[in-house]
Amino acid sequence: MSGFAQNTFNGLVSGAFYALLALGLAVIFGMLRVVNFAHGAFYMLGAFGAYVLLTEAGVPFWAALVIMPVGLGLLGMALERAVIHRLTRLDPLYNFLLTFGLTLILQDLVKLRYGVQSSPYATPSLLSGTVNFGLFDFPTYRVFILGFAVLLCVAVWWVLTRTRIGMVVRAATERPDLTRAFGIDVGRWVTPVFGFGIGLAGLAGVLAAPMRAVNPLMGADLIIVVFAVVVIGGLGSIFGSVAAGFGIGLVQAWGEAYLSNFPIVSQTIVFVVMAVVLLWRPAGLFGREEAPA
Amino acid sequence: MTSTVDTTAEAARPAPPSGLVAVVRAPRWVRYALLAVGLLVAIWLPNGLYPAVAVDILCWALFAVAVDLLLGFTGLMSFGHAAFWGTSAYVTGLVAIHAGLPFPLAVLAGALAAAVLAVPIGYLAVKRTGIYFAMVTLAFAQMVYYVANEWRSVTQGENGLQGVPRDLFGWDLTDDYYFYYAILPIVLLGLAGAWRIVHSPFGRVLVGIRDNPARARALGYPVHRYKLTAFVLSGFIAGLGGGLFAVGHRFVSLDVLHWTTSGKAVIVVVLGGIGTLWGGVLGAGIVVRLEDWLSFSGFEAIGLVTGGIFVLVVVLFRRGIWGSAAALARRLAARRR
Repeated sequence: MSGFAQNTFNGLVSGAFYALLALGLAVIFGMLRVVNFAHGAFYMLGAFGAYVLLTEAGVPFWAALVIMPVGLGLLGMALERAVIHRLTRLDPLYNFLLTFGLTLILQDLVKLRYGVQSSPYATPSLLSGTVNFGLFDFPTYRVFILGFAVLLCVAVWWVLTRTRIGMVVRAATERPDLTRAFGIDVGRWVTPVFGFGIGLAGLAGVLAAPMRAVNPLMGADLIIVVFAVVVIGGLGSIFGSVAAGFGIGLVQAWGEAYLSNFPIVSQTIVFVVMAVVLLWRPAGLFGREEAPA
Repeated sequence: MTSTVDTTAEAARPAPPSGLVAVVRAPRWVRYALLAVGLLVAIWLPNGLYPAVAVDILCWALFAVAVDLLLGFTGLMSFGHAAFWGTSAYVTGLVAIHAGLPFPLAVLAGALAAAVLAVPIGYLAVKRTGIYFAMVTLAFAQMVYYVANEWRSVTQGENGLQGVPRDLFGWDLTDDYYFYYAILPIVLLGLAGAWRIVHSPFGRVLVGIRDNPARARALGYPVHRYKLTAFVLSGFIAGLGGGLFAVGHRFVSLDVLHWTTSGKAVIVVVLGGIGTLWGGVLGAGIVVRLEDWLSFSGFEAIGLVTGGIFVLVVVLFRRGIWGSAAALARRLAARRR
């Protein structure tokens, strides 16, 4: 029983990363119709930034947790203004290609400066050690991640559904023309929303730094899994993306634990789930049916 | 928050510039002249470049044409074509090593394996369109990558498949120069096949589906089945390229299945010109030559350059080389009239 609880807990923790990344992707896609391939690269920059801040400037984890998302969010906004903005009127494939190119550039810049080896990042002292909830000892840091991610997702959901800003953003996402007709300046929200999504990716990166190997390629493979996650959840649905993120984390952890004779399972199970979802509900579990094509 | 996802994406798709389809075809003598020049360049190539680079260009030309068959003529951007290129590379390598068949047969086996793999992946992927299609193909290709990485007893994992023979009825093809001429007919056959597909009634239907899927459906065409057929054919052609690539390098590494390989194939097509077929061949020549030059001059961050090309082409040069040249030629012709 405690083994099951442990696997479930670990699944939820890795699901938290998928959820945070999928949430950012979904928010950006909703507002801009852009699938941001560079999302994984910004996650990597978040982790690397935290590492560089600590080792070269002595900036602690808690400060990095604020500095990196804000800094990357601003960088994202600049990026949106500079290039992405020019392509949003075209087929979304062009922005996918653009952000793919950016990914290669960002990865290689970091690789050029810091090499490909992984760098360790110490867990902040406040969060080292374990907590006991009765069943077994939970590493404190992982409990923190899970709590933080859930809180963040709830906060985003609250902002989107309960505040005026959120209503504007949702309206602009679903019916941009109609929203404009009501006299709301939709264009004003595009850049901040993009920056926010990038900031979330950076935040996930900082959170990942003490737990996962910090290296230039850490975001690349992850983002492909996150793509599968949002296909499963339905990219048009923010709730669906988050739920699928946690769900896939769980399924992977269980697969790893109970099918450990087949190491391939934990890596590929997300794609198998995606295949099943495509067969059963092509628009994703929470996505709306798309026009026949 | 839900939204009408793919409908808007479809609506936002700009009408393709008329140059995409050969609506206004160049005069016959121009087309024959271009064909002659192309053939002459192909025959001359290993004399002007390192033969090994020339071999790579041929393989990538097939890969690019395969991707363009989907992207330019069916309106589907596969971001996972490394799955077919790489699967064929491994199957070709394994067949050549273990069965000792002459290399063209090994390549054929590889390409067939790629086509077989394209059936389930394509069946699932064509259920989505636009950006989702790209994400789904990317994800499945990554799955193939993981499988190859884990299945060490067959693929040798990270060590790669070594010592792929270049056997052709006992002829000595160890010199890349002669090997180039040995594979040239196969590559030309593959390119001619792609041309044949595009200019067949089947290809016309594909273009119709690309431009207006709803209308194609209303006219009674089974859209999914057409897309799937195009996907499998494209997988086969990509597989031809991948198999030849494996024999050319006498070595298969996991790189052939990596997502960067899929992305590189797409950029080669965009650089050459989407929907131009031969633009991809041109793009392959440029990108392969450039990468060889960069790695030769000891520049390590190749991704910086390929990524940079990606960004520049997408922002400033979306028609690609062939597309721009065709547009220019059309404008000149119109002025003369």
